[in-house]
Amino acid sequence: MQTVKMVITGPFSSGKTEFIKSISEIEVVSTESPIAKDSAEALEKANTTVAMDFGRITVDDDLVLYLFGTPGQRRFDFMWEILAEGMLGFVVMVDSSKPETFREARSILETFRAYAPTPYVVAANKQDHPDAWKPEDLRIALRIEDENVKLLSCVAKDKESVKEVLLELLYSILEEMDAPK
Amino acid sequence: MALKGNLAVFTTTQLLNLINLSKKTGVLTLYEGHKTGKKLTLGDGLTQIDEVAPGKEIAHLNFQQGMLVFADMNGKDGHLASVLQRAGKLNEEQARTIREKAATLNDKGLALRLINANYVTKNDIVRSIQKHAVSIVFDLMTWNKEPFEFKENIAPPDSHILVPIDLKNVIIEGTRVITEQKHLEEEIENLDFALKFPENPGEKFKNVQLGTNEWRVVGFINGKNTIRQIGKACNMTDTEIRRIVYGLLQAGLVQMIRPQSAEQPKRGTDLKRQQPANTRIERDVIQRLIVKIKNT
Ligand SMILES: Nc1nc2c(ncn2[C@@H]2O[C@H](COP(=O)(O)OP(=O)(O)OP(=O)(O)O)[C@@H](O)[C@H]2O)c(=O)[nH]1
Ligand SMILES: [Mg+2]
Repeated sequence: MQTVKMVITGPFSSGKTEFIKSISEIEVVSTESPIAKDSAEALEKANTTVAMDFGRITVDDDLVLYLFGTPGQRRFDFMWEILAEGMLGFVVMVDSSKPETFREARSILETFRAYAPTPYVVAANKQDHPDAWKPEDLRIALRIEDENVKLLSCVAKDKESVKEVLLELLYSILEEMDAPK
Repeated sequence: MALKGNLAVFTTTQLLNLINLSKKTGVLTLYEGHKTGKKLTLGDGLTQIDEVAPGKEIAHLNFQQGMLVFADMNGKDGHLASVLQRAGKLNEEQARTIREKAATLNDKGLALRLINANYVTKNDIVRSIQKHAVSIVFDLMTWNKEPFEFKENIAPPDSHILVPIDLKNVIIEGTRVITEQKHLEEEIENLDFALKFPENPGEKFKNVQLGTNEWRVVGFINGKNTIRQIGKACNMTDTEIRRIVYGLLQAGLVQMIRPQSAEQPKRGTDLKRQQPANTRIERDVIQRLIVKIKNT
């Protein structure tokens, strides 16, 4: 049996775990832990991923796709490279309503690009949020000048939206296979 | 549709770059920041800054198709007479009289009167307003904590005299005075990146006024030379080259690219093993994944 993997990365609280939960056929194996009650992050959300999230999509008896979500907090970034190993491609999730996370998003994108020259897409997540920046604006804010890099509108809670992002990544992978070397 | 944020995390220069590159029309408003007492967690999940809520408006700037056309700021009297006075086109006495006598006229009406009475020329007015607007932008470039909001598709009021200003020049000139080294280091972390020109450089460089130092740097851009190499060739310190590259980047005149050598992953051995494995994945596998996800 063949297994392939994709990595879902991005800044703290950008929606990585939510994304995997929306599409995984198994209960997401999440290493989430509650954020210390007295810390400021706790105001934002109750749990954060500490090692990884793990989701699965079974294609048939011979092929399984694993989705790995990275921890967003920098203190767990030692996990990133391990998770990146052998990936088919990756998704960078960005919380479009939080400009205070854009710099980190760009830095994570660069870090993952350096791990492996695989295709990737950027998901402008939380587009349902009233303060969400549009994907076109995010492209400039994140300085993604290469028009070939897809910047996709996303709502991680919505399965159809998650499917669209994964499909676009797969199309990019196909395109790369077909591109003359 | 509004872009909201705070200059602490998205700077004036970045905002101008965004407005310039996407040729936006709209109004940018800056507010006094009031600490809410809460904290904002940055994308690393660790760093925290004070959350500030917008208070009183302190400045607003109008843009049309990516050009600055009007700027107004508290503490910078925008009355045409005062603007002309600060630019040295009217003396104090003249300016005061005009402000009193023409209190009911809007800027456009006043401008016509002044030109007809041979007080000033049309060119004087355009230049003075331009100077006023640019000085406001330069002030904004030194701010670092104010909340902002950019509302799209709002035209400036009819009564104002609109003088279109190309933001590229303002950005480049403004970044010359950025002294905050930390910010530059964050923006241009890696001096081993190379620089290249964007798709249609001819159009981009039109109407741009670069200084000698910028031209020297531009001369070395070929998609291969790294920022570090260019700095060396131009005999510049790391900070100097960073500042110039930052200005050029934000003005949309150059782009950063990963040089060939940096494309190699850090832990070469592990990943070299992985790369051929990756290319061995067959087209068919991807196609099966596509079909599966479509039908999930
Ligand atoms: N409105 C909205 N909220 C979302 C969306 N995606 C995620 N969220 C919410 O954003 C918060 C963070 O989501 P998570 O999935 O925990 O984010 P994460 O990236 O896994 O976070 P860390 O593991 O802590 O880095 C949660 O409260 C989610 O419910 C979205 O598309 N729209
Ligand atoms: Mg998570």
